[in-house]
Amino acid sequence: MPTPPSAQANPANPAGAAPAEPGPWQGFARRGLRNQVVCVGIALAIWLLGSGARGNLFAAWVYSTAIGTSCWFFIDGGRLLVAGLLPAREGLPQRFRKRWPGPGWMLLCILLGTGLGYTLGSAIGDSVTGLTTPSLRHNRGAIAISLVVAVAATWYFYATERLRAEQAAADLARRQATESQLMLLQSQLEPHMLFNTLANLRVLIALDPARAQAMLDRLIAYLRATLGASRLAMHPLSAEFDRLGDYLALMALRMGPRLQVQLRLPDDLRALPVPPLLLQPLVENGIRHGLEPKIEGGRIEVVAERRDGRLYLTVRDTGVGLAASDADGTHPSTHYGTQNVAARLATLYGQQAHFSLSPAPGPEGGTLAEVSLPWPMAASALPTPASP
Amino acid sequence: MNPAQTMPATAATALIAEDEPLLADALRADLARLWPGLQIVAQVADGLSAVRQALALQPQVCFLDIRMPGATGLEAAQALAEDWPAGLAFPLLVFVTAYDQYALQAFEAQAVDYLVKPVDAQRLASCVQRLQRRLADGLAQAASPPTASAASPLDATLAQLRALLSASAPPPAEPPQRLSVIQAGVGNTVHLVPVAEVLYFEAADKYLRVVTAEREHLIRLSLRELVPQLDSQQFWQVHRSLVVRASAISTAQRDESGKVLLSLRGRPERLVGSRLYAHLFKGM
Repeated sequence: MPTPPSAQANPANPAGAAPAEPGPWQGFARRGLRNQVVCVGIALAIWLLGSGARGNLFAAWVYSTAIGTSCWFFIDGGRLLVAGLLPAREGLPQRFRKRWPGPGWMLLCILLGTGLGYTLGSAIGDSVTGLTTPSLRHNRGAIAISLVVAVAATWYFYATERLRAEQAAADLARRQATESQLMLLQSQLEPHMLFNTLANLRVLIALDPARAQAMLDRLIAYLRATLGASRLAMHPLSAEFDRLGDYLALMALRMGPRLQVQLRLPDDLRALPVPPLLLQPLVENGIRHGLEPKIEGGRIEVVAERRDGRLYLTVRDTGVGLAASDADGTHPSTHYGTQNVAARLATLYGQQAHFSLSPAPGPEGGTLAEVSLPWPMAASALPTPASP
Repeated sequence: MNPAQTMPATAATALIAEDEPLLADALRADLARLWPGLQIVAQVADGLSAVRQALALQPQVCFLDIRMPGATGLEAAQALAEDWPAGLAFPLLVFVTAYDQYALQAFEAQAVDYLVKPVDAQRLASCVQRLQRRLADGLAQAASPPTASAASPLDATLAQLRALLSASAPPPAEPPQRLSVIQAGVGNTVHLVPVAEVLYFEAADKYLRVVTAEREHLIRLSLRELVPQLDSQQFWQVHRSLVVRASAISTAQRDESGKVLLSLRGRPERLVGSRLYAHLFKGM
């Protein structure tokens, strides 16, 4: 089943774990009970048809229940035992692992289970009713009934379990997708950023109304992009840089001289399609974990370039560096941001795209995040919108 | 000499610590309008400067942004409470934040003064009134002979800060793992130091000193990150930069400024616990 791209983003997410489900032996007991209902039905049928136990409803019920229960016990117990002993089968839904031995083993379980079940069941029936039933070899009708019922019951239980498993898997995928969407939104619309920006705008309105208006426009563009990003499959690299420009201009307003920004996008790369806001988490990490904690501040550079026939997108900051921001231990969202980028790349480009996070080279220090994408996508270059 | 005793209430002094220049200037301008007598003795943009300047200039009021480089507003408040000279009135603290859910809850619970950004004029005006009233109360209290039973304002502030520090951090996403061995790298060698042998941890600049009876090691870890991984029954934080094994402490002596002098079993040096944690040591 196709998993939504974001569902794979966060395997450690506790809510993404499989929901609590009954153990294999709980289902075993449940099927045993249902089996009793079937046994009553078979007893009624035998009694009405007037064969086997010679029209005696009680005897029919005793035999049907004894044989049916024994068959169920050996077949169901046998296949759980076999499935538990076999190595886990690949490609099965979670709740089928260690429970479904596969059709070949299952058939063996049915044949052996029916034989054993019939023998034990008829012996029990004989001792309860005082009648004698012919042995296995001489009672083809009873064996046929037992086998047909066993196969039908197996098929029925298999189908319902399969359906249930698929439903559970679908529910899980849906929940994971929603949750990761929510986390993405929350990380991008961080309230701290939003309220601080609004506080700055509020001050700027009195000091420099024209600049305040320009900044408000940038905030609007940033919000619109963040809220709508998930709906767009790709946008041109120029639009990506425009959105980063909006965010960085707002941050520069807040941080003042502590933040210098450099964006470098060669003209011939402007139209290349990229996943929307792919670089946003990297830029936010650079500011939040690199430059904001650094007293003197620093520089952030976002560069797009063609190298070795690939498109390289790099976000570099001159902040406190990976070791310092890791040691601090208070920023779990760093991991979320980079995990999110890696997961999106894996979904969209498979092995074709690479992402790395490393200490930036050179004496200034800081962190370097690099995304490299395959080039052929140039063929599908998107038209650059006249105005965003 | 206590500045609060010599200055009239209208000529109070304040420090502003806020890393965003526009917001710092705006707060200063708003305060100038609402409280013309308030003199801003320092305007700083990081937590470390806030502590340094406040200790040097001893303002009566400190406006501390929560999220600042260097040290957070809460960490700065802790450092001030630990290092503030004995006998001087502790500044009134006003925390300023855009959005820190846990800090705000803690402020509410402790009835600490705080401002939420964007700060509106009305809210700031009522904050100013409250500060003026408390400064006037402080003057009246200083003029009357001190009573032995009444807790000093610093004691009240310490109790508030203790509660704030424990309540303002978000709860950990998962229960932290207990650390059993410290790995201290020196060049190509890694020394493995069982936590059971450690007598104390001391933060030193960007490093952490790990001290055993025999020797000491340096590791790159913050105390803030280490503490949740230690058993708080065994290791007591006695200072913002010091965590000591309780069973290694042989005596604790309180001095007149409220600090606690600790002597250890197995180490000759004496350690200083701050007044913020002095309540840990009381005779049974």
